Order: sequence, then C-alpha cells, then structure tokens
Amino acid sequence: MKKYLLYLAQSHPNFRKAELESLADLYGIKVDLSNHNENSPFMIVQLENDEQAKKLVKRAVLAKAIYELWGHGDDLEKMHEDVKRNKDKLVGRFKKSRFKFVILQYQGKKKTRKQQTKIMDSFQYLGLEGKIDLENPEEKFTVLETYTIQKSNLEPRPEPDHCWFGRLVQLSVRSDGIVDKYEIAKRPYYGTTTFESELSLVTCNLAQVRDGAFIYDPFVGTGSFLLASAYFGGYTFGSDIDFLTLKGGRPGKKNIKNLEDDFEYYGTHDKFGDVICMDFTNCALRKDMKIDTIVCDPPYGIREGVKVCGTTNMASAELTKTTLIEGQHAFLRKDYVQPKKSVSLDFMLDDLLQFAADRLPVGGRLCFWMPAANDADIPTLIPQHQRLELIHTLVQQFNKWSRRLLVYVKRDEHYNGKTVTREERAHKNNFRERYFSQFS
Amino acid sequence: MKLLTTNFVQCAVKSCNGSEKSYPLKYEDCQLQLEEQEFKPAFIIAMLQRINWQALVKVAADLGNNNLPAEKPADVENNEALLKELHTLLIETQITEGKMVCENCGHIYYIKDSIPDFLLPPHLAN
Repeated sequence: MKKYLLYLAQSHPNFRKAELESLADLYGIKVDLSNHNENSPFMIVQLENDEQAKKLVKRAVLAKAIYELWGHGDDLEKMHEDVKRNKDKLVGRFKKSRFKFVILQYQGKKKTRKQQTKIMDSFQYLGLEGKIDLENPEEKFTVLETYTIQKSNLEPRPEPDHCWFGRLVQLSVRSDGIVDKYEIAKRPYYGTTTFESELSLVTCNLAQVRDGAFIYDPFVGTGSFLLASAYFGGYTFGSDIDFLTLKGGRPGKKNIKNLEDDFEYYGTHDKFGDVICMDFTNCALRKDMKIDTIVCDPPYGIREGVKVCGTTNMASAELTKTTLIEGQHAFLRKDYVQPKKSVSLDFMLDDLLQFAADRLPVGGRLCFWMPAANDADIPTLIPQHQRLELIHTLVQQFNKWSRRLLVYVKRDEHYNGKTVTREERAHKNNFRERYFSQFS
Repeated sequence: MKLLTTNFVQCAVKSCNGSEKSYPLKYEDCQLQLEEQEFKPAFIIAMLQRINWQALVKVAADLGNNNLPAEKPADVENNEALLKELHTLLIETQITEGKMVCENCGHIYYIKDSIPDFLLPPHLAN
C-alpha cells in the first residue's frame, strides 16, 4: 500500500465521503476513508497503486485531485525532512521525466514569483534530471499548503498549518470544469425547477451510473439527472406527467427547444433514449423491463405540485365515460386532455420504492431527493422497503427546510430490511402545507 | 418516440397489467421519420438483451417492416447486416405521430410531436 493525498472541494463537504465510497465500491477499490474531516479539504488515503488512485478520483465531482504523497509536515522544513526520508524509493522512475512544480494554497495568499522560486529551489536535493517543461510536463510535482483564517482580521495566518508534497496522479472532472460546463443557464433547454449541475452530477456518482447502464428518471422534467447520467456513459430514459415540459419550447420563444437539444449540445446525443409522458402511479413500462439505475427528484410541491391522473369530481369522471364527440368517445380522441389531481408526495414514494425493488438488479441503486421541514421528525419520514437497503441519507440544508439525498441499494431475497410505508408516515410531513405556512 | 421504446411500453391501465394482449400495443396510423445516428454494433448487441424479440417483430410489422426473422437468430452478434437493420429500426426510426391501441381493453394512446402520451382519463386511472 502507498500513501496518496486527496485534495477535495470545500463544497457540500458532507457529501464528499459518500461520493468517494460509492466510486471505490463501483471500481472494487478497498480504501479506508474513516479519517475524513468535513472541515479540511485534505485527506491522506492508502491505495495499492496509481491505477486505483486514478479510478477513485477521475469522475469525482467533490474532489479536485489526488497526489502520490512524498512527504508532509507542519511547516515547509518538516515537510522537507519527511520528503528526504522517502525520496530514495520515490524519485527513481521520475528522475528523467519532463516536469514542473505547482504550488497551491488553501485559504492562503497567492505567493509572489520570488517566493515560489524559493520553494522550488529548495527541492534541489531530489536530484531531478529531467527538463523543466511548463507547457506539457510529464509530471507535476506539487506543494500544497493549508492556512487558517484569523478571526481578528479575516486574513490568513502568515505561516501555513500544514504542508504536503506530492506527484500529481489524477485531476478530477471537477478540475476539468465539469460543474461549470453543466451549469443550467448554458443549456439550450431548461426550466424553473431544473436541478442544479453540481449536485445532479454528484447524485449520478452516488447512483453509480456506469458506461452502458440503463438509467431511468421517472420525474424527468427538464432532465438534469439524465444529462449528468449520459455524461458518465449511461443510456438514459425518462418519463414525466407534464407533456409540455417534454415537448419543450418556452413561452415567447420562437425556436422550440427540448431535452434532446441539450444532449445534442453536450455531445451525448447517442445516450438519449427517449422520454415518454406518463403518470408514474399508472405505469406503462412493462414489468419485466430491466432498469439498472434509478435517479430522480420527485416533485414535492413548492413550485410544482405532485400530480397524478384523475379527478376528485366523481360526477365529471362518470361523465367522461359516456361523452361522445362526433360519434367517438371524447376520452379516446387525440385532443382529449386528461384531468389531473393533486396528491401528497408520500403517495408517490411507496410506488417509487416498490418499482425499484421490482426492477433493479441486485446491487442496483435508487437515488432520490426528499424534502423535509427542519423541525420535522426526520427518521420516521424516510420511506423504506424490505428489499432496499438505505445506505446514505445526505442532507442539504436551506434556511427553513432541507432536502435529503437518499441512496438505496437493491438486495437479494435473503435481505430482510425495515419497511416504512406511507401509513406509518402519515400526517408527519405535510411538506407543501408546512412550506406555505412557513413551518410555523 | 424511437421504435426501441415501443418494446418497453404496455397499456398503462392497471387491470391490463398481466394480460398478454396489453403488450406490445398495436401501432396504427403512424408517421415515421428517419434520424441518422452513428452505427455502434456493441450498443445494439447489449440492447438486444433488453429486447423482447417477439414484440419487436410484431411492432415492426405494424409499421410495415416484415423483414425480421420470427425468432431471434442465435448468432446475431456476428451478423453485421442484421445489426445494421436493427440499428436503423430501433434507434433511427422515429414515430412522430400515431396511435397505440391496447388489444386487451381497447384504449387508444397517441404519439404527438414524437412523444407517446400514456396519461389516462379519470375512470381508467387510479
């Protein structure tokens, strides 16, 4: 085993460990992440080789990079002492490589050219014989320093708290700009409830979306999760009850755009399966259809209410059966508009879990987002199914409410997990009502 | 709606679930459009594991293609001509408008602007 340094993003730090665990599991890498600290972007891990390090970090959205660790210490001097102890077994392979030095500060002030040169010169003892190549180096030797911000003047302390030195092994997709690339406003088509870029990509890592897998989003809307899935190589399929969202176009806009245009824009058009208009509670997907992964953000009624087909007006429902237009049943005509009624989110969630339990392969994942009022008794609200193991509950906190990313894994018939159905959850989390009464 | 998708969908009415006649749906009055896409044989081979062959043959016939063998050929992986035909059929053939009829309950679903609409009237939804 060798030591590697993970440089993480200080963004959604409570999602980072779960994302790395999920990627490690996806690629069959055994790694101990128990010393992860949400307050620090640095973390030392033990891995067998560079190959594992690359796989662990390459598609991570909440990690920046991974380095082969050559030494570290509480200041540059101590770091050098450590590097000197280790260098003989590390330098060899890279003695002749074209290289450059990179100096990174976390919360520190950017160093002047002179300060940087001084640090680089202090590595003479490594005896690197390769050419310095700033444009296209084979190796990037990197010094990373972390600083504390002083409460008195909000300036970083003059001296770093800790320093690391390592050889860059892999930058993540985040460092390649993926979060920015998938920013909502850059897409040809999006809506008011389009799910943000960063967390939709993280969701797909937690769902272990893999190359060639069949991904389904039952509440696809404007398709953030499918776009993110396609980026990771999944073949995507979605459904939604709102026909107009699937058809696309925006009021007042001449050019009709839809989700397929977004796939085109991102160069993943071959990963776009189809979208169909469907009420998830009256499902048109055949029962023996195999789905590898389900990712979604069910509608929860702040901006978009939870709707299903039907009406609460029994008289009008009766009338629908018999109304004729030009000798044809009105409800069988192409221009017939099916009425919709509002239901609680809970009504959907049991269906969603049952669907996942029926369709996913053993080991397949269901990931979805669930909102809750901050004062709610959360553990009792989370739906559970005996074939689905809930492995993560990750909270994104807002002012008066929060939403949770729930990650379930389908288990085989020997697994007998907890079941929590909507009867047990009843009346405990009327989210929409509480949202509008400001959770008082 | 890709022809591939016809292989995944059945009648949405709950009482039709389990009836052999509710899958595949019968496709009528369909307008087709060919959308060129890059041929990736490995993708077609992988997708074949998810395909119900009999349903594919039946829907292809509804749409006027009677070229498919009645049984899935055992060596399809090595049959480039057939893989190409399947690529054209499954991935490139779009149904832009048309009807999907359940042969169990008789309900009619429509494909509008290339999107199949499986929403149900109140008396069939629950």
